[in-house]
Amino acid sequence: MKILTGNDLRTGAVVWWDGSGWSLHVEDAVDVEDKGENILAREEAARRVFNAYVIDGEKNGGEVRPAHIKDRIRALGPTVRPDLTLKPSDPQAGNWVI
Amino acid sequence: MYKYDQYDQAMVDTRVAEFRDQVRRRLDGSLTEEQFRPLRLQNGLYLQLHAYMLRVAVPYGTLNSAQMTMLGDIADKYDRGYGHFTTRQNIQYNWIKLEDTPDILADLATVEMHAIQTSGNCIRNISSDQYAGAAADEVVDPRPYAELLRQWSSFHPEFLTLPRKFKIAVIASETDRAAMRLHDIGIKLVKNASGELGAQFYAGGGMGRTPMIGPMIREFLPLDQMITYSEACLRVYNRYGRRDNKYKARIKILVHELGKEEYTRQVEEEFQHLLSQGIEPPLAELERIKQYFVDPAFETGLSDDLDLSDPDFRLWVERNCHAHKQAGYIIATVSLKPVGGIPGDASADQIRLMAQIAKDYSFDELRVTHAQNIVFPHVRKADLYALWQKLDEAGLSTANLDTVGDIIACPGLDYCSLANARSIPVAQKISERFGTREKQAEIGELKLKISGCINACGHHHAGHIGILGVDKKGVENYQLLLGGSEGADTSLGTITGPGFDEDGIVDAVEKATEVYLANRQGEERFLDTYRRIGMAPFKEALYG
Repeated sequence: MKILTGNDLRTGAVVWWDGSGWSLHVEDAVDVEDKGENILAREEAARRVFNAYVIDGEKNGGEVRPAHIKDRIRALGPTVRPDLTLKPSDPQAGNWVI
Repeated sequence: MYKYDQYDQAMVDTRVAEFRDQVRRRLDGSLTEEQFRPLRLQNGLYLQLHAYMLRVAVPYGTLNSAQMTMLGDIADKYDRGYGHFTTRQNIQYNWIKLEDTPDILADLATVEMHAIQTSGNCIRNISSDQYAGAAADEVVDPRPYAELLRQWSSFHPEFLTLPRKFKIAVIASETDRAAMRLHDIGIKLVKNASGELGAQFYAGGGMGRTPMIGPMIREFLPLDQMITYSEACLRVYNRYGRRDNKYKARIKILVHELGKEEYTRQVEEEFQHLLSQGIEPPLAELERIKQYFVDPAFETGLSDDLDLSDPDFRLWVERNCHAHKQAGYIIATVSLKPVGGIPGDASADQIRLMAQIAKDYSFDELRVTHAQNIVFPHVRKADLYALWQKLDEAGLSTANLDTVGDIIACPGLDYCSLANARSIPVAQKISERFGTREKQAEIGELKLKISGCINACGHHHAGHIGILGVDKKGVENYQLLLGGSEGADTSLGTITGPGFDEDGIVDAVEKATEVYLANRQGEERFLDTYRRIGMAPFKEALYG
């Protein structure tokens, strides 16, 4: 599957295309098939995201996950600071990252 | 230390106002990201893996307590309560919001700091010896010369769009504590046979994907020609450095391809031309700068005795303190490498505490080292135990300087968008594996450096043991290098062979130390033993 990611212009936060907007949670990402570049062009022009790109995703345990390690780390946060990830109170949250 | 004059302050304030307007125009859509990107980079604002990252310049690694306090306050107010001290003596914040950046820069400007030229193809922050002005072995304090270079290189119109970034280091002692020969230009201040001070120039050093040790191109240059000669070095590079391939655009490639002799010939020719142009700043400016670097009011007649009856304090003194030029004083280094910690990271509270300690015990001065530690340069020996106790209470008394626990590590794939593999977890595991003081004492000096990609921000080429993280079909893999050094005996490490996975590289480091311990003669360091016995015994142990 193909999913879209980018960064929020104001905060720089990593975001994922959920079909109608941008989510902080990769679990919300949807398969954009071959429509990724069109969505990115529209969204960057609207200044909702920047540095946006299409990546390979996969279903892992029913959840959408980026295929490459770099984007898996982007999706959750630094592996060395669980307290700074999106799910700081869940010690198992990063099991799928590495 | 240096104080801004009205020109320095006006330049920084004007830049803040300019960037505030640029951010406003980016947010309202007047500027595209393509247009804005070079503007934000010129102000040290990168996009990293999780957010914007702001790199703040610490000129030649020198800070006062007000500046250090501000760095802690920024970490709390605009970031997530910590900062990361880098191998270029700077500090980085990892979770910056674009809309906050002008306010951060405005706050920095109130304490004479900025983020200008911490990115882009320009002359970057001038680095220097972290013991400058305090070390017993220096011929002169290099900081006034580093400051003169800072002023010359700031907003230099000819050198803001070089083929690639450009890094300069200035030292003034035989013991190179700044990796001088691994810089684009290295300047070593020396005395000639007549006792006159001068500058020895090295050019074309660097790490990255093509590591080179910079050759000496000028053995002795009168100090009143230093800027003119630097200008000549840059001009030749700016004119002939490659712009068609960013991987071949650093000066090291030009010097290598031309050859040291031809590059030097062209520099000397340009230098003669520039001498006739009178571009050297007037001596009065250097003298003005020097006034800011006079020694603090050291007390005289102080005892050099230290009560070392506390064994933990004794160990810390032996490992983390260095001889001072003034009797009764000592240089103390805070290791930002606690066992299992993240190299170079410090919390906002720790940063402010170090600021307060500098104010109370070190004539208001601190230094950032390229090894990602913090130095109190001027501590009365009589105050050292009290200072250590305050560090100890804050978890800052790790006694491991220059040991296997004092690891240089880049942010790696946990933070950096260029990285191929994580550096920090490997550093943490090695730090834990060798965490006992007995183990560290047994091994002694061992400089271990880790980079998460070929760009070598973690100086892996120059580690007695170096580790390079690579991406092997989407999986992290780590190459091991042995025999590097960035001191007076600069050398480049050699890859041992096939790489290892994350746990395997930790085992490999341990095997390498076992080979060293089994073969060590007398007081040899790891590096000495490696140089004597060569790679073969290590390969045998690693790969059988």
